Amino acid sequence: MKTSMRLTVWMLLFFTVYANCQSKMVLIKGGEYIPLYGRDSTKVKVKNFYIDVYPVTNQEFVTFVKKNPNWKRSKTIRLFADSSYLSNWKSDTELNEHQKEKSPITNVSWFAAKNYCENQGKRLPTVDEWEYVAMANKTMPDARTLKNYNKFILSWYEKPKTYNQEIGSTFENYWKVYDLHGLVWEWTSDFNSVLITGESRKDVDTDSDLFCGSAAVNATDLMNYAAFMRYAIRGSLKAKYTMKNLGFRCVKDEK
Amino acid sequence: MKTIKHLLFFIAFSTLLSACNKKTTKEISKTDYQCPMECEGDKVYKEPGSCPICKMDLKPSTKKEVKILSDEISETSIFNLTSSWNTEDGETIQLKELKGKTLVMVMIYTTCKAACPRLAADMRNIEAKIPAKYNNEINYVLVSIDPVYDTPERLKSFSKENFMEGKKWTFLQGTEDGVREFANVLSVKYKQISPLDFSHSNIISVFNRIGELIHQQEGLGVDNKETISKILETFQN
Repeated sequence: MKTSMRLTVWMLLFFTVYANCQSKMVLIKGGEYIPLYGRDSTKVKVKNFYIDVYPVTNQEFVTFVKKNPNWKRSKTIRLFADSSYLSNWKSDTELNEHQKEKSPITNVSWFAAKNYCENQGKRLPTVDEWEYVAMANKTMPDARTLKNYNKFILSWYEKPKTYNQEIGSTFENYWKVYDLHGLVWEWTSDFNSVLITGESRKDVDTDSDLFCGSAAVNATDLMNYAAFMRYAIRGSLKAKYTMKNLGFRCVKDEK
Repeated sequence: MKTIKHLLFFIAFSTLLSACNKKTTKEISKTDYQCPMECEGDKVYKEPGSCPICKMDLKPSTKKEVKILSDEISETSIFNLTSSWNTEDGETIQLKELKGKTLVMVMIYTTCKAACPRLAADMRNIEAKIPAKYNNEINYVLVSIDPVYDTPERLKSFSKENFMEGKKWTFLQGTEDGVREFANVLSVKYKQISPLDFSHSNIISVFNRIGELIHQQEGLGVDNKETISKILETFQN
């Protein structure tokens, strides 16, 4: 009797600790949809997967950095992050006074974000997965044709410093996922698959000399300006870049 | 009993620890053999023998000593990447095993009809302009962006079809993750449009002996004068 009691207590303790380390995830039921930019502008299939309910927070990233000293600001090599990586932290492992623990982590590179997710046994979402979840509003899985939906996103683009807000401060969408729009932009694993702007280097739009098969990638819905902005940002990023308003969240395959 | 358990645990733990610290050292420089008459240009053989054309005995090639480099890798070196790659000969390597030579790298896929043949031609054009005396100091590396289809065998036959054989040419098959990461280091963008077809940027990148990116040539069929001079500079340093 005593042993079983002890066991239950331990199990309970274990699970609470476990649940605390692992941020909350929800299952996304896969399906097909037509993204703004897809393969031949046709439907894209998304498999079932789990996604973090919230973006990764400052506090969570502090914990990660403490456990993985290679990702300290002073240790991270330039191949993996530019010089503004975690630049507004007070020190290697401390936030600044004005940074809230529950605000989304930003100023992290793609390499750092990817490594964080892998450390949790997760991965970064693909562009297709991220867009699939993000096209939902509060009640519909695909609200992209609604005026309100686009208006909300566009009004966020105009608001300054939303990255200072806490996670969960925007709406809960159809999938019970928060903050896809309204707080920060988010890294995706294959952000560098976006070819629309060339590389915003010296080449021009759909330069057939720079891109093989570039004519095959075109907007299916140019009206969807909000999404267009996201793709444009992705197209201009490099993996070592860090931005004040660019964070991330992780996903996991359904077992 | 308990002591044994403890002991076992200790041993397991210490092996784990020591496994982490193990350093693998690799012999890079090997002696090659060449025909003294250079009947076949600068073709080299791995083993001694005789030249198939003039029948003279092959001589150890008089190549320069491979410059000794420090083990330190700088922060911006691509040798910091730890992904594994298969070569066209079926060897598994890490990028840091390419250290010591100037690297000219490009990302392609073998089923590509439009840009890749032209990219391959651009690589050959560069190669043609580098004096033969540097052959042992340079490595032309073609990395596949289609790790599923482009197996070592497929890469091998691509190298034959495109006259890119010999030890200065290397073809690499990675993992999907490794390729995505590598592309990000090169700022190369690509997307699978359909099976066997990708959109991708056409960029040729030059790295110095310690894996630092020093030049990128963008576009197809562009003037490679600057690329050539940057490559020649890497031999001086």
